[in-house]
Amino acid sequence: MAGRTVYDKIWEDHVVVAPDGEPTLMYVDLHLIHEVTSPQAFEGLRLNHRSVRRPDRTLATADHNVPTEPLATPVSDPVSRRQLEALDENCRDFGITLFPRGHENQGIVHIIGPELGVTQPGMTIVCGDSHTSTHGAFGALAFGIGTSEVEQVLATQTLPQEPAKTMAVTVEGKVSPGVSAKDIALAIVSRLGTGGGAGHVIEYRGPAVSDLSMEGRMTLCNMSIEAGARAGLIGVDDVTIAYLASRPSAPHGAALDAAKARWRHFASDDDAVFDAEVVLDAADITPSVTWGTNPAQVVALDGVVPAPADFADADARQSAQRALDYMDLAPGTPMRSVPVDVVFIGSCTNSRVEDLRAAAAVARGHHVAPGVRALVVPGSHRVKSQAEAEGLDRVFLDAGFEWREPGCSMCLGMNPDQLRPGQRCASTSNRNFEGRQGRGGRTHLVSPATAAATAVLGRFASPSEVLA
Amino acid sequence: MKPVRAVEGRCVPLSRSDVDTDQIIPSEWLKRVERTGFGRGLFSEWRDDPQFVLNQPEYLGATILLAGARFGIGSSREHAVWALMDYGFGAVIASSFGDIFANNASKQGLVTVALSSEDVDALASLVAGDSQLHVAIDIHDLTVEVPSTRWRRTFDLDPLTRERLLNGWDDIGLTLRHEGEITAYEAGHHSPSLAGVFDAAGHVTS
Repeated sequence: MAGRTVYDKIWEDHVVVAPDGEPTLMYVDLHLIHEVTSPQAFEGLRLNHRSVRRPDRTLATADHNVPTEPLATPVSDPVSRRQLEALDENCRDFGITLFPRGHENQGIVHIIGPELGVTQPGMTIVCGDSHTSTHGAFGALAFGIGTSEVEQVLATQTLPQEPAKTMAVTVEGKVSPGVSAKDIALAIVSRLGTGGGAGHVIEYRGPAVSDLSMEGRMTLCNMSIEAGARAGLIGVDDVTIAYLASRPSAPHGAALDAAKARWRHFASDDDAVFDAEVVLDAADITPSVTWGTNPAQVVALDGVVPAPADFADADARQSAQRALDYMDLAPGTPMRSVPVDVVFIGSCTNSRVEDLRAAAAVARGHHVAPGVRALVVPGSHRVKSQAEAEGLDRVFLDAGFEWREPGCSMCLGMNPDQLRPGQRCASTSNRNFEGRQGRGGRTHLVSPATAAATAVLGRFASPSEVLA
Repeated sequence: MKPVRAVEGRCVPLSRSDVDTDQIIPSEWLKRVERTGFGRGLFSEWRDDPQFVLNQPEYLGATILLAGARFGIGSSREHAVWALMDYGFGAVIASSFGDIFANNASKQGLVTVALSSEDVDALASLVAGDSQLHVAIDIHDLTVEVPSTRWRRTFDLDPLTRERLLNGWDDIGLTLRHEGEITAYEAGHHSPSLAGVFDAAGHVTS
């Protein structure tokens, strides 16, 4: 029998029943909830007189809508406030643990699961959010679902699923200094395209992936959806185990030893076979920036804005032209010459403490360029506290950055943190779609270190230009 | 959901690829707690442009959206499906779809028809020549046709999605027939739950 992939192992462990002529019912170990994609699901439960089957496998946090102003500031938008209140009511009525705005465990849903230790290897994890793949960094099968499926999981703790195909994305070699997990993620999305991962669960492998910290691995898995993949994951190794052992809600003592043995099972067998394989050479990956309006439109920070004629197929040429028009960029322009109005350091992609350390190391002793607004939004209260204990807040504030309360913030602009029409932003988030950060806003995706350097110089820049 | 056997009517050509769900329904619309009324937000940024195809009077009342490759990529927001249906669309024809979008569509009865990009282009040419062209999608036979011409194509839909559409089945109802199996599975499944992890105020115990 051929070896099994991590995906195969998790799938086999979670088959509840595989009826003839129907899809397999897959058990869900952990269901994460937030205010935006859950209210209509709870309404559906009420209309049908259904309850939440496993409140003890359901965890909620307020993240998408919450203002990042000081906590004493009320939620000024009545529609946002109503949605946050609905989450409070729903969690209270159905017995679900909720971390509301200001709670010590509150934060972006994909930051808090891992940092609390509730995200563990071998689990199936779903959430009404496409960046749920972040949790795959722990050898878990984690993916985003729609609101109908949120209701289904609340009611039944299962999802009807067809098995996915598997894709190995192997990054050989070692990355050069200055190349972050975000740059690796952008290189992979650029290589696969926005649809290259469709129907697949990606497993990231190879020396350059093993070299990443857990936080870097989360950044990598986070962006799997940007290549169209159902999920992304990484097999368990010593790095995974060491991270988990220090988490507040992870097992302790003898239970930890037993758990470690169980967790190690969730690595692919040496002879595992994948449905598709893609190999990248780490030596080819450089600090990168997106130039267009989808996350596969990536260029080296040292590069220039491409021309539509650079693309072989007609569809890509048309897309490029539309993107250039929207982004107000001319082909051939060096990326390092493009000025920015706003810098956003945050989001489920890059708001963990290592991201903030990387940005602070560049910002320290420098100042945000005149006319540039720079925001740092920690992913959670725990990240914020840790950063403050290390003095990173002072570094940012002294350098002219705003230091804000946790939430999704300007990644998608559901709270007041939005771009104005025409503003250009260097953002550590995951999507450069038209209007994503605010109507008419122009988003360029970069790593935290690149974002900090860009804030200081007021144009796209690498840390070496600031630190020189 | 209601059974869907066929979607017929006029077709709007949205000649763009990589239409993400942020374009279909921008995030400012996601603050609502209702399931209805999202049609006004459909493609709302693009609708500010008087030249945008949905603003052309000849396409008012169309029921089928004709898009390019990778329609519905990005965010998992089911609001994108609600917005398309609330606006009046019953089907989207494209050369490929974002996985989560297509899945969400199947739960609501929005039909996603994947044709080759050549066929999508061919249909777009027919519509360009006659904005009032009548297009018919049959879910039972899995066909798309233009009755006034000989143009007719078949498409694939996984058998269960087809059955669910034809019968208007509700997944939760189907799943609850297996409640005994779920209970039995839980009895033998030892993945950690959150029981005892947090106290009533959400603080980590221990």
